[in-house]
Amino acid sequence: MNMDTLLQYQWGSMMPEFTILLTAIALSLLDLFMKRERDRTLLAWLSLAGIGTAIVCLVLQFDNGVVSILNETYRLDSFAKAFKLLMLIGTGFVLLLGLPSADDLVEVRGEYYYLLLTALLGGMMMASSADLITLFVGLELLSLSSYILVGIRKTNAFANEAAFKYVVNGGIATAITLFGMSYLYGLTGETNIYEIQGLMASDVVTENRYLAVFSFLMIFFGLAFKITAAPFHMWAPDVYQGAETPITAFLSVVSKMAGFAIMLRILMVPFVFAPGTGKIITPEGISYETLLVSVRPYLVLVVVLTILIGNVIALRQLNAKRLFAYSSIAHAGYLLVPFAALSELVFDAVWFYLVAYLLMNLGAFAVIHALSEEKEEVTLASFAGLFKRSPYLTIAMTIYLLSLAGIPLTAGFIGKFEIFMSALGTEPKRYILSIAMLFGTVLSYIYYFGFLVQMYFRPSEKKLPINTSNGITAVLAITAAGTVLLGIFPSIALTFIHDHFQFLEIFNR
Amino acid sequence: MTESYLLTILIFSPLLGIVLLSVMPANHRFVRMIGVLGTALPLSLTLLVFGLFDRSTAEVQFGEYHSWFELMTSVSPNEPYPITYNLGVTGISVLFLMLAALITFLASFAALRIQESVKSFYILFLTVEFGILGVFSSENLFLFFLFFEITLVSMFFLVGKWGGFAREKAAFSFLIYNGLGSVLLLIVIIVLFVEMRTTNISELTMLLQETDSLEFLSRGTRMWLFILLLLAFGTKLPIVPLHTWMVRVHVEAPIAVVMIHAGVLLKIGAYGLIRFGAGFFPEQLREMAVILAILGVINLLYGAFIALVQTELRAVLAYASISHMGIVVLGVAAFNTAGLQGAVFQTISHGLIAALLFLLVGVLIDRFGTTKLEELGGIASQTPLFGGFLLAAGLASLGLPGMSGFISEFLAFLGLFEAMPVIGGIGLLGLILTAVYMLRAVLGITYGKRQPHFDQKRDLTPVELVPAAILLSMIIWIGVYPALLSNTLQIARTLGIGG
Repeated sequence: MNMDTLLQYQWGSMMPEFTILLTAIALSLLDLFMKRERDRTLLAWLSLAGIGTAIVCLVLQFDNGVVSILNETYRLDSFAKAFKLLMLIGTGFVLLLGLPSADDLVEVRGEYYYLLLTALLGGMMMASSADLITLFVGLELLSLSSYILVGIRKTNAFANEAAFKYVVNGGIATAITLFGMSYLYGLTGETNIYEIQGLMASDVVTENRYLAVFSFLMIFFGLAFKITAAPFHMWAPDVYQGAETPITAFLSVVSKMAGFAIMLRILMVPFVFAPGTGKIITPEGISYETLLVSVRPYLVLVVVLTILIGNVIALRQLNAKRLFAYSSIAHAGYLLVPFAALSELVFDAVWFYLVAYLLMNLGAFAVIHALSEEKEEVTLASFAGLFKRSPYLTIAMTIYLLSLAGIPLTAGFIGKFEIFMSALGTEPKRYILSIAMLFGTVLSYIYYFGFLVQMYFRPSEKKLPINTSNGITAVLAITAAGTVLLGIFPSIALTFIHDHFQFLEIFNR
Repeated sequence: MTESYLLTILIFSPLLGIVLLSVMPANHRFVRMIGVLGTALPLSLTLLVFGLFDRSTAEVQFGEYHSWFELMTSVSPNEPYPITYNLGVTGISVLFLMLAALITFLASFAALRIQESVKSFYILFLTVEFGILGVFSSENLFLFFLFFEITLVSMFFLVGKWGGFAREKAAFSFLIYNGLGSVLLLIVIIVLFVEMRTTNISELTMLLQETDSLEFLSRGTRMWLFILLLLAFGTKLPIVPLHTWMVRVHVEAPIAVVMIHAGVLLKIGAYGLIRFGAGFFPEQLREMAVILAILGVINLLYGAFIALVQTELRAVLAYASISHMGIVVLGVAAFNTAGLQGAVFQTISHGLIAALLFLLVGVLIDRFGTTKLEELGGIASQTPLFGGFLLAAGLASLGLPGMSGFISEFLAFLGLFEAMPVIGGIGLLGLILTAVYMLRAVLGITYGKRQPHFDQKRDLTPVELVPAAILLSMIIWIGVYPALLSNTLQIARTLGIGG
């Protein structure tokens, strides 16, 4: 590779990544030269500025076509843009939550900020990569940064345990993903997912159809870790509980989005034309159903298990963060429904639900974060009598809870409606998925409304209002308003998708 | 169909009260007044709609249509799924609207007795009304569902915060059963939506009755959808064995809320069953008619038998409601003009009677502090007015001729005997039982053994007397002049059935 080749690439398409990367480097240098006892709030503002610039760069590229650079290992298509936008906004909110670092993130140093940025960078790479290698590098960058972030409170026993569990579980999941990818490489001799897509119909693959299915399932199960779907959901409660609340919010929102981005891309694109195991006898002879059809029963099983495990175990939780970990598992299940149903709506439904999820879940974590300033351990009982103490906080939380439960006039309802549509709009209809969602939803009423009971019906021991920092207040205001706004006028987001994102670009080379 | 904004104004009119209340300080002396006036506004608008309603046609009236949003798929972006804001009323909905607005207004008087967090109570109370009015004016399933859920959430709070001892349990029980029902309903809505690409109710009714619609929705699927609807609205109605939540709410919720609950909210079940069950899937309803009728008889007899052995007036009335809802189911199962008319009449009539009875129970609790039958007795001598109303309500409930209950039961059974005489015969037994448990409860309280510690209690105050008198006069009015309802209803023409 010489200079000419390097220069011919449209590097502009990587501007958002470069911005984040440069910000992270600048922050780490600044942190190095700053006096140890100095307040690190400046770093937070700089990171926010970096994210803002990256969003601007990204938005400027919205209406450009597909750009593919670096030997087609990196591509910027609508799919990547849509997910990057969400991840950037999500990380922005997380940074806002962590703003008053002076008093509550006592043990946290500057690395908090640049690790958050490198994690984001990994997620963005994942959304954009068209090659198994870049994909894996992105995944690892995100994972490694998150492992450290979880354990960033060095003297906290819960955080230590959480970080340890996260690393071990994450290592296993990564190994399994990589194992699945190696079969994909072995079958096709390519790492580029678009090359693989073309080679999938070749004789080698057709003769080894079971290996292709195996590869698919290994990658799927491995990635299930990132999105906290069964069978790799077990780490979530401990890690969510042990990590600092903004980091929990990051894991539950941004990291999960990256997981869905990679999952949709790596599982849809290479395997879309792959032959499956079932034979179809037609007048012309024997052909094979597609792989995505063959593996559907396994996907459905994972979805049903994820939804039920998440919702049922959440019923018994008393610690708010653990409860939200299980609720987050359940939502991962809902988000997998369009994929398991292989619906036409899959991209639109997942993206819209992720928008809703970003708003409502980050909001809920912001409330938990506000409460944790009073007492580190936020339990269900910490919410008792909140309405009397901080009515605005309570109303915001009510909006998030109703949205999470899927009650109309909130973004969560529209999202759920679309997901139900994706399950029932296919032929034949996926009643099993709908029934799982139905039971999940009704079960979730119990614990979400349990919070409402605490906040409105139960008396509180304390009388003083809860202090919220400016950062938290900003997050609360934006997310609560967004949740209601997208619930009443969903066309804002729906038209936005329609105007700017052609998700099907993901399949075009 | 002319464009008008009357229904939108009607639905959103409770919001005026809500807004006024939210900006008021909590202990302001006008809080209760705004609460009551907040329900008076929707009532007067409903009266306007009722008056302007053209009874000579079965078309949807006061229709409003605005596109709201569209769901698009990336695969075929040019074939969006449109969701519309779509209001309109037919004969059935106008009657239910009237019932809802009237009972909410009267219940707001009963709510004057609330002591704790009055402001929040009235805000939620008006929110429930907002939801109910929306439910009965929606011409669109999506909107219907939306308003339905609004009633669900606000009722959860009303029961859970202001209810009796086991209020939270009752609230959760209400939430889970009705939540399950509403999600089932949502599945039906979505299946219809993805197949027919519309959620407009009259459009769907028309489309589903075209013969080529079987291509989109096979008979088997329709049967499933019908059963789901039956479960969804059967929970609301409630049909035994989906009734346990309803008894809890009846016993635990504050009186004003029970009045709305028994008087209006249960009626959403009947409304949905008739409008969607019978309207969308008439064939499936005919196939299921016998099973439905059996369910109805079970409701009727089960409710009556259990009511017989209750020792607490509220529980008696709760089971009486179940029993009376059985008649609604029977009327629907008959699926002819008389039967359906009877079903609608029965819902309206029961709405009025239940509201009256619970209004009086509220007085009872206020004066005597108990609703246990054995602790009450001979109150007619001290509070003759109250005793008289209670007796009249009881008689109306057991279906005394000249009152609304009689005409409803008469019509429902007339339809049923035409369709299924045997089941009709068994059902009649329920009517006898009704007389037994009702008279036992009511006569015991009014003329039974007088309890010494009940001396010198106040009789009905004007605030209680006026709502009671209005309800009773409505009951009698319908009883002697049923054309009041049937003119508006036009059930055969609305649903397009013969007979």
